[in-house]
Amino acid sequence: MLLKTVLTRLATTLVTLFGVAVVVFTLVRVAPGNPIAMMLPPGATEEDIANLTRLYGFDKSLPEQFAIWLSGVVQGDFGTSITLRQPVMELVLGRLPATLELSIMALVIAVTLGGLVAVIGARKRGTGTEVGLDLTNGAVLSVPDFLWGLIFVLLFGVLWPVLSISGRVDPRLDIDFTSNFYVIEGLLRGRFDVVGSTLSHMLMPAMSLALPLAAMIAQLLKQSLKEVLHLDYTTLARVRGFSETAVILREALRNAALPTLTLVGVQFTFLIGGTVIVERIFAYEGLGNMAIDAVINRDLPLIQGIVILFAALFIVINLLVDLSYTLLNPRLRHG
Amino acid sequence: MTANGHLTRRGFMGASVALTALLASGASVLAQDGTNLTIAYNIPVQSWDPTTGPAAVNPVLQSIYLAVFDRYIAQAPDLSFGPGLLTDWGFSADQSKITMTVRDGVKWHNGAALTPEDIVWSLERAANPETGNPMQFVWSKIGNFTVESNVITADVLDFEPALFKWMAFLTAFVLPKAYYEELGAEGFEKAPIGTGPYMVDAFEQGAYVRLKAFPDYWGDAPAFETVTIKFVTDAASRVAEVESGNSDVTVNIPYEEYDRLIAKDGLSGVAVPITDIGMIFLNDTGPMLDKNVRLAAHHAIDKQLIIDRLLRGYGVPLSTLEAPGYAAYDESIVVTYDPERSKELLAASGYSTDNPVKFTIQTTRGLKPKDYEMVQAIVGMWRKVGIEAEIEVYEIAKHYELRATDQLAPAAFYNWGNSIGDPSTATGFSMFGPSPHAVWDTEDLVNRIAPLFVERDEAARIQGYKDVSRYIAEEGYVIPLLQYVMPVVFSNTVSVTPYTSGDLLPQAITPAT
Repeated sequence: MLLKTVLTRLATTLVTLFGVAVVVFTLVRVAPGNPIAMMLPPGATEEDIANLTRLYGFDKSLPEQFAIWLSGVVQGDFGTSITLRQPVMELVLGRLPATLELSIMALVIAVTLGGLVAVIGARKRGTGTEVGLDLTNGAVLSVPDFLWGLIFVLLFGVLWPVLSISGRVDPRLDIDFTSNFYVIEGLLRGRFDVVGSTLSHMLMPAMSLALPLAAMIAQLLKQSLKEVLHLDYTTLARVRGFSETAVILREALRNAALPTLTLVGVQFTFLIGGTVIVERIFAYEGLGNMAIDAVINRDLPLIQGIVILFAALFIVINLLVDLSYTLLNPRLRHG
Repeated sequence: MTANGHLTRRGFMGASVALTALLASGASVLAQDGTNLTIAYNIPVQSWDPTTGPAAVNPVLQSIYLAVFDRYIAQAPDLSFGPGLLTDWGFSADQSKITMTVRDGVKWHNGAALTPEDIVWSLERAANPETGNPMQFVWSKIGNFTVESNVITADVLDFEPALFKWMAFLTAFVLPKAYYEELGAEGFEKAPIGTGPYMVDAFEQGAYVRLKAFPDYWGDAPAFETVTIKFVTDAASRVAEVESGNSDVTVNIPYEEYDRLIAKDGLSGVAVPITDIGMIFLNDTGPMLDKNVRLAAHHAIDKQLIIDRLLRGYGVPLSTLEAPGYAAYDESIVVTYDPERSKELLAASGYSTDNPVKFTIQTTRGLKPKDYEMVQAIVGMWRKVGIEAEIEVYEIAKHYELRATDQLAPAAFYNWGNSIGDPSTATGFSMFGPSPHAVWDTEDLVNRIAPLFVERDEAARIQGYKDVSRYIAEEGYVIPLLQYVMPVVFSNTVSVTPYTSGDLLPQAITPAT
């Protein structure tokens, strides 16, 4: 059953990616602004314009351009970036680890913080503490992630400068890693200076991304906890002498977590999307920052590569969430 | 942790302390300590080939390129030209040939000696349309190079009066022939070398470049051993960088922030007019075909008020596309702020505040300081005299496309850079109809500018452009607004030499005395 689900999803993934490729390829070409116009010199003649257009392959028809690009893609060649002058696949794969590490750190913070607040809220249900947490959640949710970014820059970058404001790592460090997963490879190699620097640079952008999601998790999980805390098995646990906190953590949490898991899975893809603006604010060298530059410069091959990668990432994450949901929910597993 | 794996309060506190220590270890302040300098810069280096692709014509990136590479001819802070990798240059008496003397004793960052062949190869490569040099149209005007000792001679294939000024302008960098051919384009991107004062020590695409002083540099040794340029595209983050002490220098921040920061202890600033001007292109279409409307639109704008109120006084009002310091600047050409004159001109064409002339003005929003707000203010000023303009906001990429295809609205806000201050690269290309960058295309103006592109008498050429500027002002073919001022904020521990070209050169930053 599970294998069939996976195979079906993988097959539809290819179709989806092809659809995304067609849409993005067409959209970036019909959207206003073309890269040739952006690099025309003052005295360019018609011949110069024709030369540049031919040099970058824009002289061919749209279907021809698509066919050429697609034939490259199936061989793993997504073309060469117009502005960065390097292979697109090399560039996006080089930036992907930075965005993944940031997103995962944000997710960990969001789940930890949201879970903690939810448990406290459920434990203190019906008291002023719960009201206070609800109000705080509402306030946190009403502030968008990029604004949290600016608030953190002001607080921990300027007024109390304990965290790094921009970049991903201290530029003075010599990093000769084989991958761009600085945290993971840093831990494996025992380069704690790199790990510390990377975490220090990631903390503010990760917190900016995490806070709105943490508030959502806190609200949903607390509500789910409150519902299951009325059920018989939790009452039985109390009768057996468990403290209220133990009832929540040992008995209620597992069953209450399923709706939250779905939320986390769906929101994780949005969280990756949210990195675009947050990475910009913190000059964090991830895919999002690169995407903005690519759009500004109308770097069509790079935009295509980034969008395809984002699409693939979203599909894989959704697939993993569905699978984990199936594994955790016995009714689905045996259905 | 307890034996059963549960986290105790003591364990939690211990873990928190360890995590804090780990984070603190990574949050060290980078600012200069006498040998190191950190700059928060507003645009990331996209490519390390300063002669091809879009990055090569990005004026803001030239500062970083100039730290690593050298141009054929150098430029001083006041726009004057001086020896670079060429120590002597000039046309022959009949202007059919050029000669260039190559500086002795120059080394590439890999230790190899600079040769005249490097210069020739760089010029020939720049002229080859297949390499994608955007300024190929200039470099293709010379050819048939011969080398004798350290003197290069070439034929002038198509006379370009500003040729040697172009040698201090966009894409005029010398690259190492043997090294480049050995590594290829991709290899060079990963390990670029030049002859400049700094070597690329580490580069993280989109994050930073770390430069090390080149010990064998032919010129004065730079003051700082290491320069870290962090690419911080968000202006608020750049402000935070310098305010927190994480960076020593930053640039292109909002003027309000500039005033606030330089009032703080420990920070200083310089703000000088640069070769970048704000203007409104007029298109020869619809209501703009009426001279009265064009002139009324110009006379109705109080440029000084815009500068004072929106740009906090940082700007110089302009009446022509030639700014002070440019070779063809003529201070006698003045288009005054005169709303009554505007009303009279509009009345002569049958327009008034009750029956306004209507058109669209396009602008970017946030590309230049207060661009949208300036256009809003201008539209307000126009409304008072009988012009009703609708604002259309677009991205700069769309502007370029519309301009290249001559589809801009009757009015369009833009900024024009010209770091060599030559009139051909200001009034010339921006107002010469056949250029893809020109918007006003009428024959009268084309006929006045075309001969100046090939004028062999320099004095006559400069005077010719002054005459053209006067003619444009009288006809109202464009609305020059102001010369921008570039704000640079820096720690009191350093001293910054500003360049009128808008460059912020690491080698021009020294420890404060």
